[in-house]
Amino acid sequence: MTDYFLAPFLDNGFMQLAFWAGMVTAVICAIAGTFIVLRGLAFIGDALAHGVLPGIAAATLLGVSTIVGAAVGAAVLVGGVGLITRRTRLSSDTAIGLLFVGMLALGVIMTSRSESFAGDLTRILFGELLGADTRQLSWMTVATVVVGLATIVCRRPFMLLCISRDLARANGFNASLYEALMMSVIGVAILASFQSVGTLLVFGLLIAPPSTAALVTRRLHTMMFVASASGVAATYSGLLISYHHDLAAGASVVVSATAIFVVVFVASTLRQRRLSGSHPAVAHVGGHHHAH
Amino acid sequence: MPTDIIVTDNLSVGYGSIAVVDHLNLRLAPGTLVALMGSNGSGKSTILKTLVGLIRPVSGLVTVLGHAPGAYPAQVAYVPQHSATSETLPLRARDVVAMGRYARLGLLSRFNRHDRKVVDDAMLTMGVTSFADKPLQSLSGGQCQRVHLAQAIAHEADVWFLDEPTAGLDAEGRDTVTACVDAARERGACVVVSTHDIEDARMADVVLLVAKEVIAQGSPKEVLTDANLRRMYGFTGQH
Repeated sequence: MTDYFLAPFLDNGFMQLAFWAGMVTAVICAIAGTFIVLRGLAFIGDALAHGVLPGIAAATLLGVSTIVGAAVGAAVLVGGVGLITRRTRLSSDTAIGLLFVGMLALGVIMTSRSESFAGDLTRILFGELLGADTRQLSWMTVATVVVGLATIVCRRPFMLLCISRDLARANGFNASLYEALMMSVIGVAILASFQSVGTLLVFGLLIAPPSTAALVTRRLHTMMFVASASGVAATYSGLLISYHHDLAAGASVVVSATAIFVVVFVASTLRQRRLSGSHPAVAHVGGHHHAH
Repeated sequence: MPTDIIVTDNLSVGYGSIAVVDHLNLRLAPGTLVALMGSNGSGKSTILKTLVGLIRPVSGLVTVLGHAPGAYPAQVAYVPQHSATSETLPLRARDVVAMGRYARLGLLSRFNRHDRKVVDDAMLTMGVTSFADKPLQSLSGGQCQRVHLAQAIAHEADVWFLDEPTAGLDAEGRDTVTACVDAARERGACVVVSTHDIEDARMADVVLLVAKEVIAQGSPKEVLTDANLRRMYGFTGQH
């Protein structure tokens, strides 16, 4: 039994590195993903994760760091969405959709035209969790600490922003500045994670663990802790399944994260039903209504 | 503190260069209760948002506490219309009340014993203590409104802007709002309330009837006449 659960990690250095890299990815994605879930930023988060592809492709062609390329790609996407939203009557969703698909397609064209991308596209899209090295792990850890500190420092304006922009401004916080900082936190989380789980799969870790946590928590910091724990559990179980059944590691982690959400969702729904069955009044009290 | 807390001189409020309400002239002293009365879309919320500093005036002059709106967020409590929080936001009632201290604490100041006491007292005043640890999503509309008003009390502000605080509340909920407003006025705060309701307006010191323009302004007795109310609701025919 122990052999099945622990031996893959104890006997293989690459599995240990993969676990640490996955764990750090889970924590940074839990912090950033909490704000994506609470502010309803899923679409821009998704776009950001996929829209960095041409930046990574250009960086690979030019022989510079893919992280720098991804950062430029992210900045172009966020800046472009802001510009289109401000200068036209199009909604931000339309602007995001336009640039997201456009940049993803550009990335695919760039990678398809170049011989140097043989095999690289799969790595960019799906990551290489089992190929994590200590240098990559160090940079991911630094990014996680930076994101964690930024979140602690900005927790008040971030929380107000999750309620409404006006409330943040009425309390003396520069809403545009803190919105930009929140997007930066999300951007850094994506940059730190795409090498391990890929630009396609990073979004799974940004959304699934915080969504799981949102089902069972009633405070912001506990939501982040539960999201982190859920992400770490998904990393461990995903790697284990991947090792024993020879499956893609990053995808196994994301499927595990989604499976954990489904299990918690079913359990919390059954619990609520049982509670409302034994105390009918609870259902009534839960009927949250504002005058509209 | 300046003699008049809110001063406007020929103020036009609106969005961009498009005015929603023109020619606002106000001089409001500490302890004054002002009711902005009008129907939906009449411009009440636009006036409040301008006074809070959330939107720029179209033209004219406006000062709050002697400075441009928004200059002293710690002295100004704002409870927006439908103070809805995100359905997914994990917040207890206590956390929402504690947000009333954020403008004073800023980014980094620690939440100290005094802040905790102010929050506890505000919850006690509004009868929130019994459900302080419950998630906001599990509360009724009336309980939520009490939580948001407790947040305004915790602000310890000199000026209050309440956007339709009684909308959707039952008689008990309305009494709670009245008690809250009275407590603020006793502290010398100037309170500006927007409302649809003539009963709310009757309790004010100054009433502004608004329907894309200021139809009448003065004491409730002077302003709340049949003729003015008909104009406000757009009834111009003979009855």
